[in-house]
Amino acid sequence: MKSFSYERPESPAAAAAALAATPNAKFIAGGTNLLDLMKLQIETPTHLVDVNGLGLDTIAPTPEGGLRIGALVRNTDLAADARVRRDYGVLSRALLAGASGQLRNKATTAGNLLQRTRCPYFYDTAQACNKRRPGSGCSALDGVSRQLAIIGGSEACIATHPGDMAVAMRVLDATVETVDALGHERAIPIADFHRLPGDRPEADTTLKSDELITAVTLPKPLGGTQIYRKVRDRASYAFALVSVAAVIQPDGTGRVALGGVGPKPWRVEAAEADLPRGAKAVTAGLLAGAEPTRENAYKLTLAERTLGAALTEARA
Amino acid sequence: MKFDTPATQNPIDQLKVIGQSVNRIDGKFKTTGTAAYAYERHDVAPNQAYGYVLGASIAKGRIRAIDDTSARAAPGVVTIVTTLDTPPLALGQMNYANLFGGAEIAHYHQAVAVVVAETFEQARAAAFLLTVDYETEAGRFDLAAEAGSAEPVGGDSGEGSDSGPGDRVGDFEGAFAAAPVTLDHTYTTPDESHAMMEPHATIAAWQGEKLTLWTSNQMIAWSKGSVAKILGIPKENVRVDSPYIGGGFGGKLFVRADAVLAALAAKAARRPVKVALTRPLIVNNTTHRPATIQRVRLGATRDGIITAIAHESISGNLKDGPPETAVDQTKLLYAGAHRLTGMKLARLDLPEGNAMRAPGEAPGLMALEVAMDEMAEKLGLDPVEFRIRNDTQVDPGNPERPFSQRDLVGCLTLGATTFGWDKRNPKPGQVRDGHWLVGLGVASGFRNNLLAKSGARVRLEVDGRVTVETDMTDIGTGSYTIIAQTAAEMMGVALDGIVVRLGDSDHPASAGSGGQWGANNATAGVYAACVKLREAVAQRLGINSADAVFADGVVRSGNRAVPLCEAAASGELVAEDAIEYGDLSKKQQQSTFAGHFVEVGVDIHTAEIRVRRMLAVCAAGRILNPKSARSQVIGGMVMGVGAALMEELAVDTRRGFFVNHDLAGYEVPVHADIPHQKVIFLDEPDPQSSPMKAKGVGELGVCGVGAAVANAVYNATGLRVRDYPLTLDKLLDRMPDAA
Repeated sequence: MKSFSYERPESPAAAAAALAATPNAKFIAGGTNLLDLMKLQIETPTHLVDVNGLGLDTIAPTPEGGLRIGALVRNTDLAADARVRRDYGVLSRALLAGASGQLRNKATTAGNLLQRTRCPYFYDTAQACNKRRPGSGCSALDGVSRQLAIIGGSEACIATHPGDMAVAMRVLDATVETVDALGHERAIPIADFHRLPGDRPEADTTLKSDELITAVTLPKPLGGTQIYRKVRDRASYAFALVSVAAVIQPDGTGRVALGGVGPKPWRVEAAEADLPRGAKAVTAGLLAGAEPTRENAYKLTLAERTLGAALTEARA
Repeated sequence: MKFDTPATQNPIDQLKVIGQSVNRIDGKFKTTGTAAYAYERHDVAPNQAYGYVLGASIAKGRIRAIDDTSARAAPGVVTIVTTLDTPPLALGQMNYANLFGGAEIAHYHQAVAVVVAETFEQARAAAFLLTVDYETEAGRFDLAAEAGSAEPVGGDSGEGSDSGPGDRVGDFEGAFAAAPVTLDHTYTTPDESHAMMEPHATIAAWQGEKLTLWTSNQMIAWSKGSVAKILGIPKENVRVDSPYIGGGFGGKLFVRADAVLAALAAKAARRPVKVALTRPLIVNNTTHRPATIQRVRLGATRDGIITAIAHESISGNLKDGPPETAVDQTKLLYAGAHRLTGMKLARLDLPEGNAMRAPGEAPGLMALEVAMDEMAEKLGLDPVEFRIRNDTQVDPGNPERPFSQRDLVGCLTLGATTFGWDKRNPKPGQVRDGHWLVGLGVASGFRNNLLAKSGARVRLEVDGRVTVETDMTDIGTGSYTIIAQTAAEMMGVALDGIVVRLGDSDHPASAGSGGQWGANNATAGVYAACVKLREAVAQRLGINSADAVFADGVVRSGNRAVPLCEAAASGELVAEDAIEYGDLSKKQQQSTFAGHFVEVGVDIHTAEIRVRRMLAVCAAGRILNPKSARSQVIGGMVMGVGAALMEELAVDTRRGFFVNHDLAGYEVPVHADIPHQKVIFLDEPDPQSSPMKAKGVGELGVCGVGAAVANAVYNATGLRVRDYPLTLDKLLDRMPDAA
């Protein structure tokens, strides 16, 4: 870990300003991902802006009938919130499928959205990785790629977004609220929050360099049966090979998003019209254009069958 | 004490303390954090500095230059020792790529420098500032690609299993060709990491020419000798101390870079230095269990009698490195007149392959015991019955040589009854429980019992306490406790009157911990020393030692009853001895046996495999402490589940390294993966093994489990996977329609 300076600003706008004022600065909240990455010198910020003192840790109803989740609400608290459990079950289930109890106690809502990929080449500083060191190349393309993206990747990067929470938020059409150094606020639809790598895989999100997440807003509840089905190599404490977030209505219509398949939570609204026709039809549209590697082609079948499991569960 | 005739009645047979499920005497220290592990021994030497090891970022080639200018100028840096400053060091025992020194790089993350600083963070930060200029050379990293060029080889795992390049009995090819029912399949097992909790760690301090290493090592006498050899100093000048070890599984049988670099760094820094290997270095700098490609051929009569059995294994290693002895058990496990076992070794430039828990048998049984399941099905026989039909009570290669004890049949039959095997549907893919396809699997477990000289010193203190000193280690196995139980039984004192001191090379050399040989040999060494101490006590008390009875803190002989402590009233009594073995194990084969039974569920949609129940029935001599023995066996069973379902070091065959080099990428079972585990010990004292009549049991717990899981998956789904681990992607395309 490189030496760094540290400050605790008084307000969200001051935090954003502090980030803008120092080159190579980063926000720190729960630190569950950033500190590990700093120890490995994958992230090397020279200044940390600690946002833990800013409040932003409440969950409040919105005038539209939804919920506004403060950026610093811990994963444990969000998963356990009675309103979330009642009205947004898919989100509660996704959170509980992630990490471990200890990590969820520390990890925040905003931090979870910003967690970085678990591609093994990203984690080894001796290896080429365009996301870690732009222009150095992608070791994963013809390397060990069993866990990596089958869709949405590029010649520069096939890393996945590793999280669960964001997949549920995508199916719920959440909105990410931010403030920048000048105090300007912005609402980013979750669909536009994470970006595809293209030729700039170092940028995971569309956040500007001086933008602080203040909240995530959920629209009014969707009802229906809400399922989060995460498939992995062991029963707990592992990243998804494939996950399915689904909200299925009694008439068989609904929404579905996938985790573990792409650089962002993967949802194609047009494909959802096929939900009443079953998993095969939906997956065909959802994963059209997928370009798996030899090692991860199984994810095409797995996604279809996992969605099938979710639809079976919804019907039960 | 020479042990060259079978044991007769002795004080251990009282079983007042031995054989009892007493709690571990070190348990309270470990659960309260007061058992100091190597890296935590802040009090042993003042002014400790922190060393951080930098590993090579290429797999093969050489270093042209190292620029350490910025690193030396970094905050807190005390000194830096680079591999270019040091001539290539000698190899330690069972070490094949030199741990430090010189420009050549033999594998990824081979140590190239150690940076010493005032804090760990400073040392690590400075290590990132080192610029190493490499000249990369092409290497061989893909076992499957190199298998064709592999050469026949004999070899020894260093943990007791060995085999020749081609061992033959009878005419295998002829018998196989003539057999009415045959099987010929190839199975593969991947590279695996020990993944022990505690990293390799050492604090080193020099006092003049004398070096002390506070470290984490399974084999103290071996490592003392290796450290002396590697550093080129007299053995007498080395002390190794390792009282608590947070797991080793064979990864700490040998001296590794932490010990060597701590010693070199401490010399350069002129102060004590501590070094721990990071998890990536544990994976690529230290040893691993090598991958195998195993071909099994079986020929049998229609009524299920094996007439021909062949098992051949290919593995890879660095130059001069050993093969994985995966065929060893096949020489002994089943009958059959015509036999062939052989090994081949491919030269690879991956990190060093070496012993990991039950080297040889663990991966070997994962192939053989699936082949047995497949053959039973071909024969239309129950797999338990097929194994029983081919039991042998003699070494099939030397029929005049019986097993000292062998109750594999008892393990299988009791296991079948206990597990409800009769409810297994022999037709696979038939049993459904909700969205789970359910299946049962069985496999035999087998691991040899190994005899090795082991010494101990016992003291009767003035206050009546008995102290045991030996360099035996407790790697989480319960050595402290069974040694205390042995001394308590022998000297007739309560367990809390025994003090056990382990892991110090100043103590008498023991068998150490490896190859499941620790428990029987180390306690037998303590037994030998206690026999001597009893004689000294009797002599001092003027009692005939032959008829003295030691019980309840009193020595009785005829009408006399003297408190034991009186023998030490005029000064402590000290006795030292070792158990040494004759040729009993040559006349009779000493092995341990198990029946492993597993129930799995396979998700009909996703092919996720979850173990639902496990049972091990073990025949492994006298069980010294059923509680700690059970802990060993269930730990082995967990490791077997890991090997069957998830553990795999992923090889980057272009760059030559294990890619998933942390515990997020290298998955081992978590609590949620492990269901109820039941263990039954047949508890059969074996007078051929030692005066303790015990055998090894820890590694028996892992031997066969992987195959039992794989066989259960087949029974559940009808899908056979012959490439471990059985991850869902290998089943998915063949799974039945879930709808």
